[in-house]
This record gives sequence, C-alpha cells and structure tokens, in this order.
Amino acid sequence: MIQIENISKSFGDKDVLKNVSAKFEKGKTNMIIGASGTGKSVLLKCIVGLIQPDEGKVLFDGRDFYESNIDTQKQIRREVGMLFQGGALFDSKTVEENVRFPLDMLTNMSASEKKERVFFCLKRVGLENAADRKPAEISGGMQKRVGIARAIVMNSQYLFCDEPNSGLDPQTSLMIDNLIQEITHEYNLTTIVVSHDMNSVMEIGEYIMYIHQGHKVWEGNNKEILDAKSPELQEFLFANNLVRKFKEEKSR
Amino acid sequence: MKALGKYIIFMGKLFRNREPLKVYLSRMMDECIMVGNNSIMIVSIIAFFVGAVIVLQMDNALDSPFIPISIIGFAEREMVVLEFAPTVTAIILAGKVGSNIASELGTMRISEQIDALEVMGINSASYLVLPKIVAGIIMFPPLVIYSAFLSILGGYVLVMLTGLMSVADYFYGLRMEFDPFTVPFALIKAIVFGFIVTSISAFKGFYTKGGALEVGQSSTSAFNSSSILILVADLLLAKLLL
Repeated sequence: MIQIENISKSFGDKDVLKNVSAKFEKGKTNMIIGASGTGKSVLLKCIVGLIQPDEGKVLFDGRDFYESNIDTQKQIRREVGMLFQGGALFDSKTVEENVRFPLDMLTNMSASEKKERVFFCLKRVGLENAADRKPAEISGGMQKRVGIARAIVMNSQYLFCDEPNSGLDPQTSLMIDNLIQEITHEYNLTTIVVSHDMNSVMEIGEYIMYIHQGHKVWEGNNKEILDAKSPELQEFLFANNLVRKFKEEKSR
Repeated sequence: MKALGKYIIFMGKLFRNREPLKVYLSRMMDECIMVGNNSIMIVSIIAFFVGAVIVLQMDNALDSPFIPISIIGFAEREMVVLEFAPTVTAIILAGKVGSNIASELGTMRISEQIDALEVMGINSASYLVLPKIVAGIIMFPPLVIYSAFLSILGGYVLVMLTGLMSVADYFYGLRMEFDPFTVPFALIKAIVFGFIVTSISAFKGFYTKGGALEVGQSSTSAFNSSSILILVADLLLAKLLL
C-alpha cells in the first residue's frame, strides 16, 4: 500500500499541489485523474521521488520515502516499476536489452537467468518476437508494452503509469488498460495510473482520485463516479460525449 | 554564478552513490570509441590541411633572404605542438564530441529516459556522465599527438610536392631548438580540455528543459561555453606552465 499525507508542492509563486492525502491499496488499479495542468503528473513524480514535495509524506508500506536514508530509498526504488508517457525506452538498446537493463544494473543474476526472466516478461506482454528490434522500429503501443515489461522485470511491488494511453488508438488503449489491470491483479501490485482518459477510468478505475487545481476534490471508484456530486468533477466527466450519453441512458 | 554553483553540485553528484565499477568499465569503452575512434577522420583531415597551409603561409610571409628557410619547419613545430594540436583540436572536438554529448543527454532528458534511470534507483548523472568525462580525459591526449603528427606530415607532403624548400631544411627546422617540455605541456592541455569539453557539454545536456528546440540550443550552448573555457584555460595554462 502507498499512503500520501498532506503533499504540497509549489513552483515559484504557483501552488501546484495543496495538502493532498490518499491511500492507494495493494492489488487495485488506483487512478489519479484531472484536467491537464492540475498537478496529477507532479503528484506522481512526488510519489516516485522524482520531485521532492515541499511538505508531506509518502509511505511505501509504512516506509517514509523522504525520511529514509539513501539505502532504504534505493531499496524502495528497486521495488518500483514505472511506465512513462512516451515509453522512455533507451534508443540505443534493443527491446530485449531495454527490459534486461534493470537486471544488468541492479542484480547479480546469471546471463541465462536474466534471459529467462526477460523473455518471461516479454511473453507476458505479447512481445517475445520483437526482442531484437530497436524502440524506433516498433509502434507506440508496442513501446508501452515494452515499458510495462521493463517495469515488472524486477518483480516490482509498485507500478506507476503516467498517461499510459497518450497517443494510442482506442483499441490499443484498451489493450494497455487491460494489461495494466491484469498485471496488477496477477502480481498483487500497488498500481497508480495517472490519466485523463475517461474510457480508461471507467474501464479499470478501482480507486479514483480526482484532482482539481492542486486539491483532491473527490475519491471513489468507477461505479460511483457518474453519481459524484462534485461540480468540478461533473464538468470534467461530462465534457466527454460518450460519458454524458452513458449517464443519460443510465438515468432513463 | 548560479550556473557555476549548479555545475559544481553536478560534478559532486557524479561521485556520490556511484554504481559498481564494472558498470562504468563497459560504458567507458563505448565512450572512448565515441570520443576517440569516431573523431579520427575529422581530426585527420583538418590537421593534415592546416599543417600544409601553415608551411605555405609561412613561405609567403618570409621574404627576407637573411632568414633561413628552415625557420618554416621550426614555426610549423612550435605552432602545431603548442597551439594547433591541443587547442584547435579541442575546439574541433567541442563541436563534434561536445555537441554530440549535449544533444544525446538533452534528448534523454526530454524523453524521460533520465527519469527512468532515477526511478530505478540509478545515479543517472554518474552512470551517464562519468564515463564520458573519463573517456574525454583518456582520449584527448592521443588525439592531440595524432593531430600534431598529421599536421607535420601535411607540411612535409606540401614541401615534397611543391619544392618550396628541401626536405632536409624542413626536418632541420622541425628539430631546431626543440624544448622537450612543449610535448608534456601539450598533453596537460589536452587533459584539461578533454575534461572541459565533456563535463560542460554533459552539464548543458543533462539540464535541458523543454523539447527538440531546447536540445538544439543546449548543443549550441555546449559548444560556445566549451570553446570559451578552452581559450581561457589555454591562456591560464600558458601563463602558469611556460
């Protein structure tokens, strides 16, 4: 479980996050949603330790990341896998080398053990046949899947996904969403997904936190979200025609 | 001053919480190839032609019959060993190697590859930059020696082809009043310039913010800053060591 307590972050005079607290449970697909520029990616970066918050705590199963010494922080990071918005694959390495990279850097596994683990993860995301290709030679959806394989190769406990559907067609988006949810349940991960894609939210959001102008405005799940009373959330939700029609049909 | 402080902190980062040594060794080999091997062609062409042009220009400038013709060889050696080989080669490498380093790291920054390393718990600055700096320090001196050799060879080929002077005079000039300290002095300069080019370019690339346009700007800025610092260091080293 990941718990965040009173996270605040400012850049200059601009308050990006103000006293945001939440609990992200294990084995669930937790989602942070909100319009562009509301601070959800900054919150994710505060949680993974890429941006230090001005105030607040981030607890990984009770371990306070920012209060820990460097060794504990390194240990926590070794339990973290992250899928970046653009994939963030290393251009000069093949798909296999990209997925193997954390094993090369952080473990003492033998070459055959690493190969076995890498191909297990590639097979899990359906890319065992693309192992020799470079990131530039595969599609955006495949890059995201390689990113997921790299994120789970270390037997991660925590999976973070920053806008996993950006730039993907609806069919590939659905496939990525389902893959994230399946992996979360299969390995009992604590998964946090940042998204503004309502299809994803309705599909996999087992816990949803809505952020508006740096504040947590609402929390719940994908079954409750359409009945949320928050005007800011309603405005965000019903900007999407499909969600509006779905709500209208549900009301009838 | 703020940039200087940031640069010093960046340098400190390279040595804190380093990765195991074996990680750096394999990366350093790749970087040595990038810095050294991949620069041989451009250094060869420029050094050869500049060496030839120095002889030609000196011949045009020397009209007096009281100055021995062998002075051309002497001037060629002094200019090449003291200035051209270390300083001009370093500026050429700032353009080739430095901008390559800045754009590589800048692209890694904007495409979140550096963030990906950080999330894995890897010291990204140390992992990416330290092997480049070490490769620069190792590879610049042999490139400078190679550049000096090719410049003198360029002068020799020109003398042979044009008959401006006898080959014996050229070689006599090359050996005239030779101060052996000029060679280690050139190598010291090469080491300092290797550090300047790689560290400044890495610093500029590592802290790139924005998109493709900013990557280009970082690359240009890396070349400009490295070139200026090379000239400042050249002046200081000449004052201190000669």
